[in-house]
Order: sequence, then structure tokens, then C-alpha cells
Amino acid sequence: MLDFTSQHTTTSDVAIRVRDLVVQFRRQTVLKGLNLDVYKGEIIGFVGASGAGKSVLTRTIIGLVTPKSGSIQVFGRELTTADDDERQQIERRWGVLFQQGALFSSLNVLQNVQFPMREYLDLSQRLMDEVAIAKLRMVGLPADVGRKMPSELSGGMIKRVALARALALDPDIVFLDEPTSGLDPIGAGDFDSLIRTLQQTLGLTVFMVTHDLDSLHSVCDRIAVLADGKVIEAGPMSTMLASEHPWLKEYFRGKRARGVPGLVRGE
Amino acid sequence: MEAAEAHRAEGSLTEHDLLSGRTSGERLQLTASGEWTADNAAVLDRLVTATAPAEGAVSKVDIDMRRVEKLDTYGAWLVERLIQGATEKGAQARLIGLPERFGVIVRTVHQNADELPPAPERTNLFIFALATIGRNMVEVGKSIALIAQMFGAVTMAFVRAVMHPTTFRWTSLVNQIDLVGWRAVPIILLITFLIGAILAQQGIFHFRRFGADIFVVDMVGILVLREVGVLIVCVMVAGRSGSAYTAELGSMKMREEIDALQIMGLDPVSILVLPRIIALIVAVPMLTFLGSMAAMYGGGLVAYLYGGISPEVFLQRLREAISVDHFIVGMVKAPFMALIIGIVACVEGLQVEGSAESLGMKTTSAVVKSIFLVMVLDGVFAMFFAAINL
Ligand SMILES: Nc1ncnc2c1ncn2[C@@H]1O[C@H](COP(=O)(O)OP(=O)(O)O)[C@@H](O)[C@H]1O
Ligand SMILES: [Mg+2]
Repeated sequence: MLDFTSQHTTTSDVAIRVRDLVVQFRRQTVLKGLNLDVYKGEIIGFVGASGAGKSVLTRTIIGLVTPKSGSIQVFGRELTTADDDERQQIERRWGVLFQQGALFSSLNVLQNVQFPMREYLDLSQRLMDEVAIAKLRMVGLPADVGRKMPSELSGGMIKRVALARALALDPDIVFLDEPTSGLDPIGAGDFDSLIRTLQQTLGLTVFMVTHDLDSLHSVCDRIAVLADGKVIEAGPMSTMLASEHPWLKEYFRGKRARGVPGLVRGE
Repeated sequence: MEAAEAHRAEGSLTEHDLLSGRTSGERLQLTASGEWTADNAAVLDRLVTATAPAEGAVSKVDIDMRRVEKLDTYGAWLVERLIQGATEKGAQARLIGLPERFGVIVRTVHQNADELPPAPERTNLFIFALATIGRNMVEVGKSIALIAQMFGAVTMAFVRAVMHPTTFRWTSLVNQIDLVGWRAVPIILLITFLIGAILAQQGIFHFRRFGADIFVVDMVGILVLREVGVLIVCVMVAGRSGSAYTAELGSMKMREEIDALQIMGLDPVSILVLPRIIALIVAVPMLTFLGSMAAMYGGGLVAYLYGGISPEVFLQRLREAISVDHFIVGMVKAPFMALIIGIVACVEGLQVEGSAESLGMKTTSAVVKSIFLVMVLDGVFAMFFAAINL
């Protein structure tokens, strides 16, 4: 088995620890004994072929899919055996950006961002308005977007509002499922640097599923590769470029990767 | 002074000593400590509000941040608000000893401070009511126009389909007839059977007082064949299939499937609307026939069990009381009503905009509008048949 814990050995550095995770849908086994460590304060990028199970892994960690066996620890607490109270305490500490944004279509932008605040915190309307506006501004949207409905927003704006909502409670971890898919390259680049800035400002741990070589290269501290229901490789970009796994060679050193500066050097 | 007292009152509410203040002459010295995070935000909110100095009371506000252990966006925002509040009251505010690790978040929040644009003003109630009535009238006008437009588009599509029968979606038609016709049979039979039975029971109960029990056969026969059969079927179909049409087309509209058809040079009306409407026009008369028969059967059964009118007498009386005209009146109405239901449902479906809420609203309005129009049409037919003595 690969050694994922070469540099970090203490448990206190680990935000998410997954061990021997097995997830099954009827007859199909999607994750087959997956192991993974995500360290505090890092941006980890997940890659893998379409249908490899990246979304399933994300949804399993955040509790939307029940694993068949295995253990998931978040901040040292075991989630697979946690009761409702414990779960809620942990859930309060993460934010999720779904692939399609998943904004509530009957609420306006400001109400969407305030939704988790209403659930978890007992704040005055004034403070909620002020903080929600600050969050919108931090994800690069003007304050007057606050009164718009989700159906009036463009794809990029929806992702930004969804990010603002994911950050509403100042979480310690954010899960991003393909945050830049469907954005134009400039918009995607902006979004990447936004995630980097927010991560540094708020001290976030970021778990990001992405297919964007640019974002892998520019924002991720580490990259994990999912194939055959397992993490087959994890490490910084240099590890990926040095790997001899055929899928990785094609992915990082194939034709597609050539246009990306920094990757060519690895050849 | 005031500020410090205000704080003491508030501060006693909480165990955490998050913010304390002391006034010395012109200077207000505030000390922040502990966790300035989302979890404490409600308490901090009150503390910060209570700490705002009175106008001109102090000229300098120093906020000592050295003992703050944790700070997130909420804490940073409240610090920002503390500074803003002091500045507004003409005091000079500054942060002292801000730990380096909080520098970025405090600066970021400061840069992103902004006001919520004011909500659009509420006009007075009377004008609001008038405006609503006006807007609704315009809406009614618009939906009549849309129905007329759809009627035109469907006619065009029909003509095209007749000219080029190979382009017509036969599979879709068969599928829709299965969905809206065949699968509706059990529920239609059940409901019309019950309605027929209830009509007969009521008739017998009231006619019995005049010794006119036998006229219940006239009543059930005429009512069912002319009105009740077709109306019940139409209400059921509007609720069952009309709403399904609206929801299907609406969610296709939401996911841009309709746009995709259009840019491939295909006409959404020919492909999606026409087969659905033809399916209704085929299915509703059949359902009306079956429904009417079931209602007569229910009526006959109750007449026998409850009114003691034997089947032979019932059928004999029926033959005298009704002519084939009554049956024709009911059946003639059915396809027209099917057309109305189909057109309204498809118009509403294509009106759906981005949100799930709009889908729900349009589905409701499709059912309400089509049932309403079915009733109106029924009235028009009643006048028409009266005029030609049918
Ligand atoms: N709810 C589900 N029921 C059955 N199979 C599922 C479900 N969700 C995902 N799968 C299957 O799991 C596999 C991985 O899917 P997913 O995680 O969405 O891939 P990706 O890596 O592209 O995000 C796919 O083969 C998919 O068909
Ligand atoms: Mg996915």
C-alpha cells in the first residue's frame, strides 16, 4: 500500500482521515477499500476519470451516501458511528459547494447565504445582512446581487453565491465538487485565485474535485488520483509528473496537458 | 462612561469576557479577548451595539486586540462595525496589537464592507390593490393571446403532419394515448360509477316523496349522458394528464431541452405538443363513453338495490326517456374539451421559467385554468344545443 503519511505523522494535523472505505450501489462497488488523509490547511485536488467515484467519495464523507464498511474521521471524530448530535457539530464545521450550485430557487441570494446562519446561529437580522453582504463581496459579487433570485443569475454567479453559502458559517473545511466546470477559462482562473485567497484568509482546508489542469497546477497543494475505487497516487504535482501509472501519464503528460505552463517542464 | 456602564450591564449576561471598556477622559479604551467567532456572534453583536459611544463623548477609541484567541469573518465584521460606529460619532478609532495571523481577515472584511441596497419601497395599500387588479387583467389578456397563438401553432403543425405523415411522431402519440387514456380507465370507471350511484340515490330519495321514483331513470340518463359523464372525465383528465403535461414540458424548458430542439431546426410544437394534444382528443371521448356507461351502471345498481327498480324496468324506462341525441351531445363536447385542456397545459408548460417554484405555480394554474375553461365551454355548448333544439 502507498504511504500517504510520509511527512505528516501526528493525527492532529489531519482534517479528514478515510480508511478502507467501501461503497456499493446494488451490484456495483464504486469505492473498494479507499484510504486517504487530508491535512489541515491544505488544498487537495481530486482527479480521476468520469465515473471513477469522485462525487461518490465526496458525498460519502459528507454523509449523503452510507458506506458499506470503513472508517471516516473528521477532526479525529469517527463519523460512521456518530450520533445525530455529534454529526451536527461536525456538519457545522464544513461547507459544501455542489456541482450544480444547489441554490434554493425560492429564496433570493441573500436569504440563500443566510440560510445556514438561521439554522445554526441566533443572530439579529442586521448582523446576518451585514455578514452575508461581506461574504458576497468576498466571493467577488456586488452587494445588489443580494436581492436577485437564483434564476436571474449566470452560471459563474451561481457558483459564487453557492460558495458564499458554503462559507456562511466560517467552516474549517469546504468541499467543492467541480467548482470551475462550466465556467469560461478566465472565470475559472478567477475562481481558482478566489479559492486560494479565501483559503489563506480564512485558514480553510479545501477538498476539491476538479478536471481543470490549470486549477490543479495553480491552487492545489496536493493532488490525489482516484482509479479502480482507490487513491492510486497522492502528492504534489511533481509526484504526479514522475508517476509511471499509464492513466496519470496520459492525464498529466498527454496532449491536453501541453498547453499548460509548468506541466510541460515535467516532460 | 455611558458606554462602560452599558457594557457592564450586558457583560454580566455572559460568562465570557469578550469585550470590556474603560473611559479615561477623552479616550475610550476597549479590550477584546477570547473567541470572536460565529458561535459568539450573537453575544458580540449585543456587546458591540451597546459599546457605541455617544455623540462627541470621546475623541479617541482604542481597541486592544492582543488577547483575541480566535477571529473569523463574524468577529472581523464586528470589529469593523465597532470602528465604523466610533468614526461616525466623530471619534478616532484604531486597533492595537492585532495578532499578525488575523491581519488578512480584518483587512479583507474592511475592504468588503458594503451596505445592502434599500429594498424597493412599498407603495400604499390602495394603489397596490389597484395595481394588482390591473396587472391581473393584463395577465388574463396575455393568457388568452397565448392560448390563441398555441391554437394557431398546433393547427399549423397538424396541417404539416397531414401533408407529411412520416414526420409525425407516431410512437410518441401511442405512448401518450397509453398514458392519458388506457391507464386512466380504472380510476375513471371507479369515479363515474360512484357519481352515477350517488345521483341515483339522491334522485330516489327526493322523488319518492312525490311517488315519482321512476323519474330517477330520466334524471340519471339525461344528466350522465349530456353533462356529468363528460365533465367528470374532463376534470379528472385536467388534474391527471394536464398537470403532467405542464410539469413535463416545464422541466424540459428549465433544462433547456426545448431550446436544444429549436436550434436543431425542429419545431417543439410538432414534436412535443401535437402528439400530446391528439392523444387527449382521442382519449377523452373514449373515457367519456366508458365513464358514462359506468355511471349508468352505478345508477342502475342503486336504483335496483335502494329504489327497488328492477333492471328490466330501468332499461325499459331508459329507452322511453332518452334518445340518441343526448348521447351525441355529450360525445360531441368531449374532443373540444380535450383540445382546451391540452392547449392550456402545454401553454403553461412552455411558460415555465428557471425556478422550481415557477414550475409548481404553472402546473397549478394549468389545472385551474383548464377546469375553468372546460366549464365555460360547457355553458357555451348548452346555449348552442338549446338554440338548435337538441
Ligand atoms: N445513487 C447512485 N446509485 C447507483 N449508482 C451510482 C449512484 N451514484 C453514483 N453511482 C455510480 O457510481 C459511479 C461513480 O460516480 P461519480 O462519483 O458520480 O463519478 P465522478 O467521479 O465522475 O464524479 C458511477 O458509475 C455511477 O454510475
Ligand atoms: Mg462528479
